[in-house]
Amino acid sequence: MATENYKLLKKESLPALFDKLTASGKTIYAPVKKGDKTEFDVVTKYSNDINDEYIQTVQSLKETVFPKVEKLFDYKSDKTDTSIQEVDFSKFPQNVLWGLHPCDAAAFRPLDATFRWDYDDKYFLTRIKLTTVVGLSCSKHDDYCFCSSVDISPASGDGSDILLTKNKAGDYLVEIITEKGQEVYDMAKELFGEISDDKESYITDVPKKFELSELNKNLDGSFEAPYWLAQSMRCIGCGACAYVCPTCTCFDLQDEGSANKGSRIKCWDSCGFGHFTLHTSGHNPRETQSQRWRQRILHKFSYMPDRIKVFGCVGCGRCSRACPVDMNLSEHLTKIMEVPKHE
Amino acid sequence: MDKLRQKTKELLSNNEVQIVVGYEEGTAGKARPAFISSPDQADTLIYDDRCIHNLAVYLTQHKLPGNTKIAVVASFPVMKSIITLASEKQLDENFIRVIGISKDNNIIEFKDFADIERYINQQDLTFTPEEQALIEKIDAMSMEERWAYWQNEFSRCFKCYACRSACPMCYCTLCITDFNQPQWVSVPSHKQGNFEWHINRAMHLAGRCIGCDECSRACPLDLPINLLTKKLSMDIQKQFGYSAGQSLTEPYALSTYKPDDKETFIR
Repeated sequence: MATENYKLLKKESLPALFDKLTASGKTIYAPVKKGDKTEFDVVTKYSNDINDEYIQTVQSLKETVFPKVEKLFDYKSDKTDTSIQEVDFSKFPQNVLWGLHPCDAAAFRPLDATFRWDYDDKYFLTRIKLTTVVGLSCSKHDDYCFCSSVDISPASGDGSDILLTKNKAGDYLVEIITEKGQEVYDMAKELFGEISDDKESYITDVPKKFELSELNKNLDGSFEAPYWLAQSMRCIGCGACAYVCPTCTCFDLQDEGSANKGSRIKCWDSCGFGHFTLHTSGHNPRETQSQRWRQRILHKFSYMPDRIKVFGCVGCGRCSRACPVDMNLSEHLTKIMEVPKHE
Repeated sequence: MDKLRQKTKELLSNNEVQIVVGYEEGTAGKARPAFISSPDQADTLIYDDRCIHNLAVYLTQHKLPGNTKIAVVASFPVMKSIITLASEKQLDENFIRVIGISKDNNIIEFKDFADIERYINQQDLTFTPEEQALIEKIDAMSMEERWAYWQNEFSRCFKCYACRSACPMCYCTLCITDFNQPQWVSVPSHKQGNFEWHINRAMHLAGRCIGCDECSRACPLDLPINLLTKKLSMDIQKQFGYSAGQSLTEPYALSTYKPDDKETFIR
């Protein structure tokens, strides 16, 4: 624990900062109180409904870079010719994602690695390029949070362009992390001051439940392990976990319209669905829910780190909060760690 | 709870069933479905107000080998679901034991499905004032207000299908929304796709819904979609005198033709 120098953003400066961002053409997403919940929503002004003490939202901001439904292009064809009308990438929004926690900011890494793995996904890459991430360190956590187990700290700036930490006066200690963050700072320099403080003293301590590298090793050779069936018995096979997950990237391509005129659409899909891997022949390589549960875990904690050098989980706990039958991911991972390898 | 555990041990020790589906302590203070396959696991079973999942959903999922006999811990909604599923010829009585739980949390021994049917018909089966108030609130809206209300709710849906997965009556092996030759229902979760899904879901459950509200409870986005199927249950009860989950033999109202139908157009 040490005192360091930070930029200071006072709470009373927030309305002016939001006005500047809006005036410069940015679309701001912020965590907004709605009844007893807090969800991200588009705001044009700062208001007291913006919650900087929330634990976690139901949905992540994945949708701002990987929309649940996205038109890829329009097509038109007649007897002699087919034409494609591209979407206008210049119309994509310049988003400022305000007040998302370090887990969510870190989630852009696996998304980015996936969408430029074997093919550069122009839609995602354009959106992410236009996105500025203003992270917010966590002052609170709940039983579902396990960022520290996946090597992310509740005060980590990884994935953020600016990181805010709320101090006891209710003002923010500001760390400018990237050039994009610097641009926001330069736009509103007069609103920022200087302060010496110890940000660690305002951060919640998320207990570590397992060692990530050990888990990764443990999963090697686990394909036939009996725990997949035992763990997945109560899983009802919906896609709630995947759709609230900030790093899940499965999608489906659909053509809508007629053979002569229509649109090609990219939309969310989930490996938890029984029909996800159904072949045209009728064969389904993942016939049972336990195979699909295994796929979910191995993809995030084995295949992704092996292939694209990044884990597919940031420990936000959304999947476990959203699951209708309490399939708790960190509980299951902890149990897997308790099983001797190759038993 | 002791009686439930005792009963579970008894059924498993005597090999009357191989699995008991009940509830156990979950994480963060939640209860959750549990699958008990040996008597020494029976003490993890619990039953209290948090045990709300409709366990009947596991009776048609075919996760267990074909000859497995299952016992299921059955609250009132689970009993009604079992009667509906049995009336639709989805359950084999020889493979299912029902451990009923009364409203005051006592164990009820059922000899067979007909016994459950008798028990159900001894209970108060009217819609609760709370249920009626929820529907009346929607009914009181003008058509434009109602349209706006559902547009707003449906626009939030991302089609995770938790509503479908949690519903015991959604047991089709190929749901209409997964059917793609032809593609009847638009796949993306845009406005049209969401309307098509939710209207289809409501219509396929019209009068078959037993009112457990599991669909909206499972929904991670808290969409009040239970109101759609509840409203249809009320309408079908009013129009045809049919209520799901109350009879093993009465045919489902919307797939039945009666020569003495009160409507003249159909005769």
